[in-house]
Amino acid sequence: MTAKTAEPMDLTPQEHPETPAPQAPAGASDAPAVAARDALLDKFDIDELQNCMHCGFCLPACPTYRQTGLETYSPRGRIALMKGVAQEKLSLDAEFEKNMYACLGCRACETACPSGVAYGKLIETAREVVEDNKKRLDKRSLTRRLVFKHMFPHPKRIRAFGTALWMAQASGLQKIADKTGLIRILPREMAEMQRAVDKVASPAKRKERPPTLRSEGEPVLKIGFFKGCIMDEMFFETNQATARLLSKAGCDVVFVEDQACCGALHAHSGEKSGAAGLAKRNIEAFERADVDFVVNNAGGCGAALKDYGHWFAHDPEWRDRAAAFVAKVRDANELLVELPPLTFHKPLNARVTYQDSCHLAHGQGVRNQPRQLIRSIPGVELAEMSHPDSCCGSAGIYNITNFDMSMDILDDKMEDVQRTKARIIVTANPGCLLQMREGIMRAGLQGQMEAMHIMDLLDRAL
Amino acid sequence: MLTEGLRQQLIPIVGQKWFLDSPNELHAYSYDATPLLQSTPDAVAIPGSVQEVAAILRLANERRIPVIPRGSGTNLAGGTIPVQGGIVLNMNRFNQIYEIDEKNLTATLGPGVTTADLHTAVEAVGLFYPPDPGSMRISTVGGNVAQGAGGMRGLKYGVTKDYVMGLEYVLPTGEVLRCGGKNVKDVAGYDLTRLMVGSEGTLGVITEITVKLLPFPATKRTLVVYCRNLVDAARIVERIIAARIIPATIEFLDQATMKVVDDFAKLGLPLDMASMLLIEQDGAEAQVVEDIGKIADIARQAGAAQVRTAATMEEGAKLLTARRSALSALSRLRPTTILEDATVPRAKLAEMVEEIERIARKYNLQICTFGHAGDGNLHPTCMTDERNHEEIARVEQAFEEIFLAAIRFGGTITGEHGVGMAKSKYLHLKVGEGGIELMERLKAAFDPNNILNPGKVFAGQNRRRIVVNQP
Repeated sequence: MTAKTAEPMDLTPQEHPETPAPQAPAGASDAPAVAARDALLDKFDIDELQNCMHCGFCLPACPTYRQTGLETYSPRGRIALMKGVAQEKLSLDAEFEKNMYACLGCRACETACPSGVAYGKLIETAREVVEDNKKRLDKRSLTRRLVFKHMFPHPKRIRAFGTALWMAQASGLQKIADKTGLIRILPREMAEMQRAVDKVASPAKRKERPPTLRSEGEPVLKIGFFKGCIMDEMFFETNQATARLLSKAGCDVVFVEDQACCGALHAHSGEKSGAAGLAKRNIEAFERADVDFVVNNAGGCGAALKDYGHWFAHDPEWRDRAAAFVAKVRDANELLVELPPLTFHKPLNARVTYQDSCHLAHGQGVRNQPRQLIRSIPGVELAEMSHPDSCCGSAGIYNITNFDMSMDILDDKMEDVQRTKARIIVTANPGCLLQMREGIMRAGLQGQMEAMHIMDLLDRAL
Repeated sequence: MLTEGLRQQLIPIVGQKWFLDSPNELHAYSYDATPLLQSTPDAVAIPGSVQEVAAILRLANERRIPVIPRGSGTNLAGGTIPVQGGIVLNMNRFNQIYEIDEKNLTATLGPGVTTADLHTAVEAVGLFYPPDPGSMRISTVGGNVAQGAGGMRGLKYGVTKDYVMGLEYVLPTGEVLRCGGKNVKDVAGYDLTRLMVGSEGTLGVITEITVKLLPFPATKRTLVVYCRNLVDAARIVERIIAARIIPATIEFLDQATMKVVDDFAKLGLPLDMASMLLIEQDGAEAQVVEDIGKIADIARQAGAAQVRTAATMEEGAKLLTARRSALSALSRLRPTTILEDATVPRAKLAEMVEEIERIARKYNLQICTFGHAGDGNLHPTCMTDERNHEEIARVEQAFEEIFLAAIRFGGTITGEHGVGMAKSKYLHLKVGEGGIELMERLKAAFDPNNILNPGKVFAGQNRRRIVVNQP
């Protein structure tokens, strides 16, 4: 029995010579003296933190732990740090911030955890605490504010971003784009990733899209298509392909008006209130559209949409509406395997491998459906990687914020890919798709290997 | 805290990258998988070579700084808690398998190789390393050796100590020594290899390990036996062994565990049964089929209420789900899960389980018991909440009674987790005062300044409050 020779760990704050007591925030001179507990720390869910029994079973599942071998880069370590901050044994400081943002948020640890710890929610809360703390210290970076406050919440601005990207590409001026200043304001990392971006659809083509794509046969379902903000700009054609597949499978596909970004990137980055605002817009928009299902094709967005219930769990006004919305959310893969099988006319004759989207596999538990769809394509052979559900390192904006770690993870992933001898890497999320394209370029495999969204693969075989 | 001078001497040894001492870093090495215990080290060093290990030890020995060797920190006995501060020596950069010798059937590897990686590597060439502790996906072989880890295959194949043939280790003086090797027969002097196994990092730092390998068994089959009472289950285990059949695994779940597992994994277990046994046999196809048939007959004759045999390996894996989900199911019930490993001779299994049930009732606690029936190694598991100090006090009393009962039945206080901090108070029950004194003299011969993992194994007089890590 463990508590025999030593006293049980005392949960009240202890004096630790190495860990100074958290300071009252600088610049907040009107804050009460150090003695009072910082109310911000009450945001941590102590009960959930306590559910981690630090067994370490999450360590081998964690890509950043596998890269570094360091406990601070493991889910168990991060939870211990959160607990340390919540219990005022550690300061809410830059080191803690760095450690919270070193997490990919892939949630592979949740699959490995015997105790069922909701790690995804814990890390979101930790980042929220970090951001709230910085807000009151007014230390947040300009780029960050620009992106989260002034870009994602505004579909028109994302559209403008898409148009600018298209112009750069359409005019064949990729190199000049570097000099236009558009690329200049993006960090080095973003510029690097930019080379993986698809040909962006022209503004005219995007305007052509009818508000509803009718079912090819007798409609069995009316579905509302969740376009996704990045998805609809950078991967317009993939959205079109998804809609085509759904219409062939008997759905009326409605491109619901006034929908917004899902809020995932906000939530993962500690911008809870921004995320909630976007969620409300989506709930309202899809309520008005009166559809049977809300369908999306991006694992990351889907996991966030399915999380709305939790976001509004303590909001009596929105709780039920959020729950009703969540009940309708489906990934396109989930829905397609339930619908009458698609008829394929063009065998693809290719060996492919499937890179799980973390938020589809670990976040939504959707693993078999995409594989089932891939295997249903004539001529396609699915060769599995040894760790297909290990994160590729894309992780939302992680490949921009933690570029070096992301690339190390990607290089390992590409080794795993190459062992499968596959010609096509199939993904189910835009971030993963860009990352895998970057991986192909880094491995010097352009022309020999391609990365595709699963919906484009299915569409190609129709 | 380390003096700045000492810091400046340590950093060049491992390099800045592998020397950690920021507040977050120290906090992240203040715990292992043991509930309730935590203490912050003064530094973490992650050496990359034997020379670096020797240099750190030499310096620490001169300055009398504690050194706590550590792998992945998954032990359940508080074995790697830096209870007196000092330097955590994380050995996970020693993660290379140097050689798989198919002629001598040995593997030589660094202590930081994970147990599962060793399995994968040797199985790729048709060989078999049987020890399979529950944490094998992340536990290191070095940690397994240091703690004397067990697993599910103990009955037929033995445990870690039965597979360690040779070691390289470093003493606090920085001397690098070797013991054992690839020889099956080797009686040159004292068996220091056996002494190092299970020494919990208190005698030396292991830097290389040579293990014995076996041919990988051709096939395996599983069967499940449900019993209306505990005595039937125990009798079945005894009769199987008496019939000269040694299954690879005989796992046991009591009714309380079955209920929790069924609730969690929805397996449709017959919950009116008092216990279930999961039995696995491996080996050559014909032999395995014959053994499983005989075991099923014995179980029926010995009073089993229900016997189910899996026709394929996949079906067998499904049957094992109940056992594999045990920890997940139990640990979701309450925030704190305390898993112990009191062990009794096989023949005392039923009595021991009944005794645990009685003790749980007496202290009004939820204790479920599952474990390795084949080798008498039980895992009475208590679901509690470390914030409830009154309940934790009862948990301590209950486990004390459980340990005393195990000793009374001719068993031991720990079958496979080690003594560490968690059971040092009870060590004398098993080895006697004389045994402890001799062990302390051995310890002094290896580590006269008591810098290696101090505060472990021996309760000693300098027990201190765990949260205070520095004088």
